[in-house]
Amino acid sequence: MTTWMTIVAIAGLTLVSIVTRGFFLIPDRELPIPAWLREALRYAPLAALVAVLLPELAMTDDHLIATWKDARIYATATGIVVFVTTRSLLGTILAGTAVLLALRLALGW
Amino acid sequence: MTTSTPLWRHPEFAVGAREMRDVALGIGAWGLVAGIAMTKAGLGPVFAIAMSLFVFAGSAQLAALPLMVQGAPLWVVWATAFCVNLRFIIFSAGWRPYLQSLPRVQRLFVAYFTVDFTYIAFMRRFPRPGDVRAQLAYVAGNASVSWISWQSMTVLGVVLADVIPERWGLGFAGSLALLGITASLLVDRATWIAAAVAACAAFAAFALPFHLNVVVAIAAAMAVGILIDHLAPARASVERSKDTA
Repeated sequence: MTTWMTIVAIAGLTLVSIVTRGFFLIPDRELPIPAWLREALRYAPLAALVAVLLPELAMTDDHLIATWKDARIYATATGIVVFVTTRSLLGTILAGTAVLLALRLALGW
Repeated sequence: MTTSTPLWRHPEFAVGAREMRDVALGIGAWGLVAGIAMTKAGLGPVFAIAMSLFVFAGSAQLAALPLMVQGAPLWVVWATAFCVNLRFIIFSAGWRPYLQSLPRVQRLFVAYFTVDFTYIAFMRRFPRPGDVRAQLAYVAGNASVSWISWQSMTVLGVVLADVIPERWGLGFAGSLALLGITASLLVDRATWIAAAVAACAAFAAFALPFHLNVVVAIAAAMAVGILIDHLAPARASVERSKDTA
């Protein structure tokens, strides 16, 4: 892409961020959201997290992990154990990353 | 509390900032990886930083990036980012009852700075709309921490692109942050079932382009959520009537 094309692309992407994040906030008039839909919306962030998380934790190139020699398995397990026992997000991140780095650097997993 | 008090002096600002503090490490790791990826793709440091500053959407940036580098048509670049961001459209419907009393520019401003983590933390802190001032202060505190950690680490990633090997997989710290947040949302049977359905749907629809499987997963989980919410009280009332009989 040329410099100008890149600038236009980034400007457009910025607009995409604004429009998608604010989509239902754009109209000024009342937007009646039915009660059942409002209740159902409570599940949206959880579902989005799970869907984004799944491939990161358990997939390589569009397939489920098929080997035990993948550092992510042990980092994820460590993260789960630490979170369940301590409820600490920071501990989960630090312990999981430590296991990941140790296995990647020492064993090349 | 008068409306002239600046938001950052409101006690909820500190609460919001504190609740984002631990996650900030994960967000920072993502920012670092995104900065490295943008630079390695050949975007150049100025555009890499500009993209992060203005677009402020990690997964959309990383999806649009290869298309930009390949010189794909602009509409393809934008459509891709739009699809990756579709979940935010659904979140914006959730925002509506909280922000309705504000002018449009302010509504869009708040929503633009609300990434997934901030939205989730906010909805946990304020399950029902209430004191707008307190809610804005909370968002401001929370989003400030996430914005600063994302942007500063992206710049660091751009600078250190040639120093940090990709195979370390540092971005996994971000996934671990997601993992913790997800686990903290699994509070009862309904959320567990919704999460399981979302996982199955996301996996089954994985072949769809543009991360559209995320939208499929949200739709499936919402549908199941409605079913659970409507079946559970009915069953509970049957139990009650049995007790009284």
